[in-house]
Amino acid sequence: MVDKAKSKKTGGDDKETDEAHAYTPGLKVKKAMTVDKMRRLPILGEVFPKVGDRVEYNEIIARTEISGDPEIVKAAMILGVEAEDVPNFMKKKLGDKVEKGELIAFYTALFGLIKKRVESPIAGTIESISEITGQVIIRGSPIPVEVDAYIPGTIVEVTPREGARIETNAAFIQGIFGIGGEIHGDIHMIVDNNEQVLDTEMIKPEYKGLVLVGGSLVTLDALKKAAELGVSAIVSGGIRHQDLTTFIGEEIGVAITGQEEVGITLIVTEGFGNMAMSQRTFDLLREFEGFRACVNGATQIRAGVLRPEIIIPHELKARGGGDENLASGMVPGTPIRIIRQPYFGAIGKVHSLPVELQQLESESLVRVVNIELEDGRVVTVPRANVEIIEE
Amino acid sequence: MATLKKPNEEMQYIIATDVGSTTTKARFFHLKDGEWRFLVAGEAPTTVEAPYEDVTLGVQNAVREVEELTGHKLLSPEGSGIIIPYDGEKGVDLYCTTSSAGGGLQMMVAGLIKSMTAESANRAALGAGAIVMDVIARDDGRQPYQKIQRIRSLRPDMILMAGGTDGGAGSHVMEIAELIKAAEPKPRLGVSYELPIVYAGNKSLRTEIENLMKAGFALQMVDNIRPVLEVENTEPARRAVHELFMEHVMSHAPGYQKLMQWTDIDIMPTPAGEGMAMQLIANSYKQNVLGVGLGGATTNVYSVVDGRFVRSVSANLGMSYSVTNVMKEAGIDNIMRWIPFNLDKEEVASRLMNKMIRPTTIPQTLEDLIVEHSVAREALRLGLQHHRTIATRLKGIQLQRTISDMFEQAVAESYVEMMKINICAGTGGLLSHAPRRVQAMYILSDAWLPEGVTRMFQDSVFMMPHIGVLSTVYRDAAWSIFDKDCLVRMGTNISAAGTGKLGEHCMTVELDMPNGDHRKEELNFGEIRIVELGERDEAKCKITPAKEFDVGAGPGKERETTVSGGVAGIMMDARGRPLCMPENESQRKELLLNWFKSVQLYDPKQLEALI
Repeated sequence: MVDKAKSKKTGGDDKETDEAHAYTPGLKVKKAMTVDKMRRLPILGEVFPKVGDRVEYNEIIARTEISGDPEIVKAAMILGVEAEDVPNFMKKKLGDKVEKGELIAFYTALFGLIKKRVESPIAGTIESISEITGQVIIRGSPIPVEVDAYIPGTIVEVTPREGARIETNAAFIQGIFGIGGEIHGDIHMIVDNNEQVLDTEMIKPEYKGLVLVGGSLVTLDALKKAAELGVSAIVSGGIRHQDLTTFIGEEIGVAITGQEEVGITLIVTEGFGNMAMSQRTFDLLREFEGFRACVNGATQIRAGVLRPEIIIPHELKARGGGDENLASGMVPGTPIRIIRQPYFGAIGKVHSLPVELQQLESESLVRVVNIELEDGRVVTVPRANVEIIEE
Repeated sequence: MATLKKPNEEMQYIIATDVGSTTTKARFFHLKDGEWRFLVAGEAPTTVEAPYEDVTLGVQNAVREVEELTGHKLLSPEGSGIIIPYDGEKGVDLYCTTSSAGGGLQMMVAGLIKSMTAESANRAALGAGAIVMDVIARDDGRQPYQKIQRIRSLRPDMILMAGGTDGGAGSHVMEIAELIKAAEPKPRLGVSYELPIVYAGNKSLRTEIENLMKAGFALQMVDNIRPVLEVENTEPARRAVHELFMEHVMSHAPGYQKLMQWTDIDIMPTPAGEGMAMQLIANSYKQNVLGVGLGGATTNVYSVVDGRFVRSVSANLGMSYSVTNVMKEAGIDNIMRWIPFNLDKEEVASRLMNKMIRPTTIPQTLEDLIVEHSVAREALRLGLQHHRTIATRLKGIQLQRTISDMFEQAVAESYVEMMKINICAGTGGLLSHAPRRVQAMYILSDAWLPEGVTRMFQDSVFMMPHIGVLSTVYRDAAWSIFDKDCLVRMGTNISAAGTGKLGEHCMTVELDMPNGDHRKEELNFGEIRIVELGERDEAKCKITPAKEFDVGAGPGKERETTVSGGVAGIMMDARGRPLCMPENESQRKELLLNWFKSVQLYDPKQLEALI
């Protein structure tokens, strides 16, 4: 899914064909499509539904147990004996279950004047008694792990003991960056237009459990108040870097998110700073106001990119052919958005795709695209700095 | 290791690939008129992820591009590999590859004492090309339960465990082993993968270690990394890591089973290939080298000092995916200090965040380019700072050294001193794609502050890993290509170490130019200047520093040497070491601007427009 332009091709008559297929994929903003999710256990376990079953949002579809945390007890040291003698003083043997505070080893000397006790710091099972280190390891009780369906739909595939694939018809919107994990809530438009700032006074107690849609920016105070009131998620065009840092308590170094425990999921659709949400995204969310959405802020920007998502299951029929633009790449007329200065956020369509490398203001020689902006101007930008708007 | 299909002297065509995390890069080499040269490059997206999950598809696409560009048939029918050997019409005589796809080799390292065996194990793992996720030691300041939690949260591809001298006390080493065992580390590559563990500790504990670890791990024992305190022996551990990388890690990555059959020699982690290339420079010039691979996600720094090779990897310092981590680690103020015009801090921070979330975009405006160059200086500076914590002398002992060891060290602080470094070499997108060649040289100089006389090299089209892996079987061919087509000579940096008052005399540089001209350059403190000297040209040079300054012969002492030219030329740097950066903002900006103009770092008109 990257630019397939063949920059090194020399003197060939077929240059045009290859060049014309250059594209940078954009974020998905779809009114109706088939969304499928593979829900997987971290280790093998039990999977409940069968292919064809219908599942709901919060339904547990798989369960397993991971081994409990081990606790290392320095028994030899506590008893004041040599490591190799520890087995002689054990009151429990390998595999025995113990309760927290239960006696596991005991040493007495000088006719009972010296008494040393080793008690289990946790409830669990004796896993090892070492004659070399004098350590006793107690394994805590297994920790249950459950996986829910996250999206309502039909089970289309079951991988025994691992997980299941769920399919549903839904609107699907990808954000550019998010924080916080999976959550559900009904969509509520909190602003009138995509350029409006979502500020603290707009947040009301009755929004608890909802997915609030803002415009160009969400302020720090608004985020804090929303989290306090139990709002499920906020969707916004942009956020200030400093506000995000303050809100989550640390600067984001590498974009691997989703694990933050900040009481709310945030999805940014455009980027950092004050950025009007794309009209299309805004309109689509407005169209589904009141619908239940499945939202996940998890973002990973490495190989195997993961973008945050808003899934809105509905019964409207999916339209075919949505990926045609991507399949054919960028061609004159393809709608695109510019994703870097000096035209960041501008929308337009491809005017032409010059074959030759061109020099930018920065003096870099790169492959460019000429874009006709909405106001009629034609501007030149590097092909790397645009994304295709999927329709 | 597979055997070569043809002896070196009969080879005519070689293809090498690097399977990167996003792009697979093929480089095609040919023996022409008795000389090995780089012919052409082909690139294609890496296909390690779904829906492809087979790296050989990306390799074929990259090689196919080479086929299309040259008309030379290379791929055997139906995706069965590369045609080997060359039959007079088609095929190559050797195919080799490096790989960093799927996150490279991620390791956890453990030892007994943090500054001794654990440090040695860390160096061995890094030298093998790994990203070290954590170093566990008995005295690392964490409680056992914290270590256990940490190990449980990691998903390593492999563990290297050291600890104890041979025949020394064993129970503490066993404590570490029991801790690792109890934590039940889960491999990144899934439930069917048996986690490899290399034991390079006290030999007398082998039986106990085997009894403890054989169930649940793929255990391999090698010679102790610190048989006695005074000796560090990392080579056996490094070799074992490489073997296990092939047997376990690579064979679990999608398509690698197939790729391993295609190649004539073992697949090597990309940083290991890059490291080999840096060693090739050091060995060929018989000089000390400090090199860097400044990537999008990571920064690898390599040093070869007095024959000692050390690699460090700063896994989260980079120019795209990790660009905001550079801001986090360096602090925004350290980035801002390189910008000679007014720009709002929050604006710079937002731009960097936007670069991180859209990592493939490139600067279009000069302002944006200058911001990225500022970040690059900080990534390079921090990368070297980190490297110095790895390239240290063995601690707390009488000095005694093994000689053959590739990565060893000698007291307390790092031995990587800039005055001792003769060559700096850089590779990676930002340096290689800098619009003006002088930019790469200037940025490296700002970040690393070379002292004395230092040659500056750069990778032309990202070939160092390819050359590195090739050098393991065919050194002469590798060097020929490296010398003629890969290494761009940027020039020589002449820097006076020391500090003084702005405007006072710092050094005199006299140059006997190849055309017979004699040039005499007087430099005052706070100045930087460039004299043009062509890429293969040399000039006799006499440097006379003022008494507070040192150019390698001692304070105030004259130095005579020969300097080599390059695409940028001879950079004479009298800005001081440490670099003279006034705290007053407007003075600092004015000075920066003078420097930029003096070396013609950017287009002067465009630059003026930003002020």
